[in-house]
Amino acid sequence: MRTIKASDIVDAVANMCIKGNTELPDDVRNSLEKAMAAEDSPSAKEVLRQLLENADLSLKTKLPLCQDCGLGVFFVEMGDQVFVEGNLTEAINEGTRKGYADGYLRKSACDPLTRANTGDGTPAVIHVDIVPGDKLKITYMAKGGGAENMSRVTMLAPAQGWKGIKEFVVKRVAEAGPNPCPPTVIGIGIGGTFDHAAKIAKRALTRKLDDTHPDSKVAELEKELYEAINKLGIGPMGLGGKTTVLGVKIAMEPCHLASLPLAVNVQCHSQRHEEVIL
Amino acid sequence: MAEYKLNTPLSDADIAQLKAGDVVFLSGTIYTARDAAHKKLVDLLDQGKELPFDLKGTAIYYVGPSPAPPGRPIGSAGPTTSYRMDSYAPRLYSLGLKATIGKGKRDAATRKAMEDHTCVYFGATGGAGALLSNSITAAKVIAFDELGPEAVRELTVKDFPLLVINDSHGGELYAVPDLKAAGIE
Repeated sequence: MRTIKASDIVDAVANMCIKGNTELPDDVRNSLEKAMAAEDSPSAKEVLRQLLENADLSLKTKLPLCQDCGLGVFFVEMGDQVFVEGNLTEAINEGTRKGYADGYLRKSACDPLTRANTGDGTPAVIHVDIVPGDKLKITYMAKGGGAENMSRVTMLAPAQGWKGIKEFVVKRVAEAGPNPCPPTVIGIGIGGTFDHAAKIAKRALTRKLDDTHPDSKVAELEKELYEAINKLGIGPMGLGGKTTVLGVKIAMEPCHLASLPLAVNVQCHSQRHEEVIL
Repeated sequence: MAEYKLNTPLSDADIAQLKAGDVVFLSGTIYTARDAAHKKLVDLLDQGKELPFDLKGTAIYYVGPSPAPPGRPIGSAGPTTSYRMDSYAPRLYSLGLKATIGKGKRDAATRKAMEDHTCVYFGATGGAGALLSNSITAAKVIAFDELGPEAVRELTVKDFPLLVINDSHGGELYAVPDLKAAGIE
């Protein structure tokens, strides 16, 4: 067994929160630059130009890219040969507290009914999977509320198949329109159960925008949806244009004979995520 | 599409000239409020009490800024999604509020209130909070401090860059999604 101290997790998580909110990942920046070159509409170009200027400014001033620094969502892959000295969940929450305080990030966690802010950005949403090995991999996403609100889970009938999936996803993006800060990234979970579809849809958003799905059939489906959605013409901030989505990422897993679970997790253009391996 | 420089307080004439798609650089004093603050504002109105700021001729910016780091008046400060304030906006427009600033679609009742009371809805670029904070020169909490990021703040803005999304004549800027082009009937 390999021992990892909780305090090392706290520091790593705090750093990820700050970096994630102030440094736009290269794949997202490249994608915005390509989109700006491809757009003909002046308003679409101007929005994309502002987003790139915003990213430069954020990097320079350490002001967060967006005032909505998100709820912290963490995907943890814990090697079965790892022993955490202390409490893993508490270490991630403590790192979140520290990162959101030290980085002057907005604390956006609140009671669902009283709406009272918890004051420190916690509790974070933490998903843990046990994997073979002696490493601890933690992926952080700053998940903003505006795009999250446009997300949906539905249970399709198996007969609806791919056609039903495509229709639901495209209509969801159409209905969301300008609300989730397009150009967005769409994470899609197909299969599993009601809860699992949503989890894998969210995890799909941690992929790089310029990657290709290892299964060529799924890669084709991603391309089909990407092209269909971009024909909607919603464009950057909903002002019209060719770029409604920067990427479509699908995760697919087996499901019950009776079901076809589908989750559509919408992410804004500020696709902020970081990962660390301890 | 025209470009205007406007100052608060905003007059009916200021608003009536604006058309969806126009660019406006706004200067002066505006106020921040999101969901929780709107609920409290409307509760005050229901109780016949005075609001913490004068609605007449002003603009409400739907924003919950990030904390101000040392040496800056405010943190990152871009717009939040506006539809969540649609249940409150028509009433505030009817009481003299001239403009709201946010991102995303408004409902039919809110759009109608803009026509009825000569008001406007401005869009600011969502996710450009660091950039937009450069146009805010001062910020102070004036009400509901307990709401933290959702407290009502008085902002002084200088040439705050805005786009007219809904004008006072029923015009709207947002693109209508083309489902047919996307292959969905």
